[in-house]
Amino acid sequence: MTHAALAAPGARFKKLLHRGDDHGSAPKLSPLWTFTAWLATLAFFAPVAWMVLTSFHQEADAATNPPTPFAPLTLDQYKLLFSRDITPFLLNSAMASILSTLLVLALAVPAAYALSIKPVQKWTDVMFFFLSTKFLPAIAALLPVYLIVKDAGMLDNVWTLVILYTAMNLPIAVWMMRSFLAEVPKEILEAAEVDGAGLLTVLWRVVAPVAMPGLAATSLICFIFSWNEFMFAVNLTATQASTAPVFLVGFITNEGLFFARLCAAATLVSLPVLIAGFAAQDKLVRGLSLGAVK
Amino acid sequence: MTTLTAPPKTAPPPARPRKSPGTAKWKRRIPLLPALIFTIAVTQLPFVATLVISTFQWNILKPGERHFVGLDNFTFVFTDERLRTAVLNTIVLTASVVLLSVVLGLGLAMLLDRRFAGRGLARTLLIAPFLVMPVAAALLFKHALYNPDYGLLNGTLNAIYRLFGADNGPTVDWISSYPMPAVVLSLVWQWTPFMMLILLAGLQAQPGDVLEAARMDGASAMATFRHITLPHLRQYIELGVLLGTIYIVQTFDAVYTITQGGPGSQTTNLPYEIYLTMFRKYEYGQAAAAGVVVVLGAIVIATFALRTIASLFREEASR
Repeated sequence: MTHAALAAPGARFKKLLHRGDDHGSAPKLSPLWTFTAWLATLAFFAPVAWMVLTSFHQEADAATNPPTPFAPLTLDQYKLLFSRDITPFLLNSAMASILSTLLVLALAVPAAYALSIKPVQKWTDVMFFFLSTKFLPAIAALLPVYLIVKDAGMLDNVWTLVILYTAMNLPIAVWMMRSFLAEVPKEILEAAEVDGAGLLTVLWRVVAPVAMPGLAATSLICFIFSWNEFMFAVNLTATQASTAPVFLVGFITNEGLFFARLCAAATLVSLPVLIAGFAAQDKLVRGLSLGAVK
Repeated sequence: MTTLTAPPKTAPPPARPRKSPGTAKWKRRIPLLPALIFTIAVTQLPFVATLVISTFQWNILKPGERHFVGLDNFTFVFTDERLRTAVLNTIVLTASVVLLSVVLGLGLAMLLDRRFAGRGLARTLLIAPFLVMPVAAALLFKHALYNPDYGLLNGTLNAIYRLFGADNGPTVDWISSYPMPAVVLSLVWQWTPFMMLILLAGLQAQPGDVLEAARMDGASAMATFRHITLPHLRQYIELGVLLGTIYIVQTFDAVYTITQGGPGSQTTNLPYEIYLTMFRKYEYGQAAAAGVVVVLGAIVIATFALRTIASLFREEASR
């Protein structure tokens, strides 16, 4: 499954529909259990479906009791969102997520290389040091980070988020990239070196092809976590650098709530992650488990 | 933030190169240094600052009164009733979300491990809750499900009541009547797919021949599950529980969005209480002390987590 991204696009689509069929020996589910499985699936998916459906309704049709799922569809809510300027929030989110992901990769790839292909001494200790920083609650760092950022005049600045998101995702990325780089066959590396290939040639010809899918998966996970981050974003930005989740919390109150518009905004901000996550579900598990599970 | 005790060694140190060990050693370390320095600067230094601030009486509304008070803030943290409630709420919230999502995730993973019509599509739909932005998911539950006037829960109740001839169903204000279950349910919905994915990976890594042999020997499905599948899954369950715990202990989005910690302080967990101390009461010293206590608690959890991950890691390294 690791090399799925190398397969032809057609094969990839087929795989999306028949995912898991490689486990062909698995017994079939009885009709009753198939029904149960689908019932559970639809129960879990229902809120998402409801969110998307409501986003295409008028406000009057959205907040009804009992619900009216078959009300006429409209794009008005999305038009309103863009005219009420969700755009800067989306741009800030995109900027913070993409820049921090690039920065994470620039730092994590060399580090993972030093921890796998030509491991430094005590490499496991270094790995666990990185991981330990991830286990500590971000809330404990919020106060000093807030004070430092305030003193540096960097409140309400996208670059502040870029740096914090980089720190947040770097340990995950080091762990993931290490687990992918560890798959580069040692024999081929040695053979290439015996043949007198330079470092760059080895990296480009041997390491890169194996590590590319891993690099893509790592970027995806970092992007998802940055895009969804809320605590730092809401406390460290005000008007200039606020991201999509901060835009959303404007909908918290009940008074004067625009429910259909809320659903449109929620759909819109979740869309990039939903698309990326669906497209790379194979890689998701390995990323979420830091590479510990394949 | 802080360094943890060194976890168990997982592999013998790799062989050192023979020629000019000094330069070769540094050449290997150079690619590691930027990441290491960045991590230390951005995660460890703030923690040192937190430690320092935690020894001060410091309220931003009383700028003249900032002074060193030693461990007074910690005495406050351990005796304050709000904080004790917050600790209790954090434990209840984390434990119930992790437990429920592991059980549900295991059930779903067992189903999705078998072949059935549309399995690929079902899996794709099932991971959607995990991919929806957490703030969006929380708002979705608050308004689309729990709202007493137009929420789906009451709407469905209403529709059922009308189906049976009654005029209208009961109007339940879910969030104020059941605040903690309301937050828990929304988080279980988000985290079950995560558990499902990890456990499904575990099930699919099961050696087929062992299961086949068990079937040949006439073992019942229940016995096969208890004696083969469950022991095999143990590591995966542990990993799911620990990673889930680490993330769910830190829950901020859902509490901030759905209940704002209320009613009263019924759903205030530690991250939210620290946030309130910092940005509503402006008691920086107390907030920092609470932060230090949270980190100490996290170290306890993380020690277990690192041990589990180290065992998985050792397995991989020896492969």
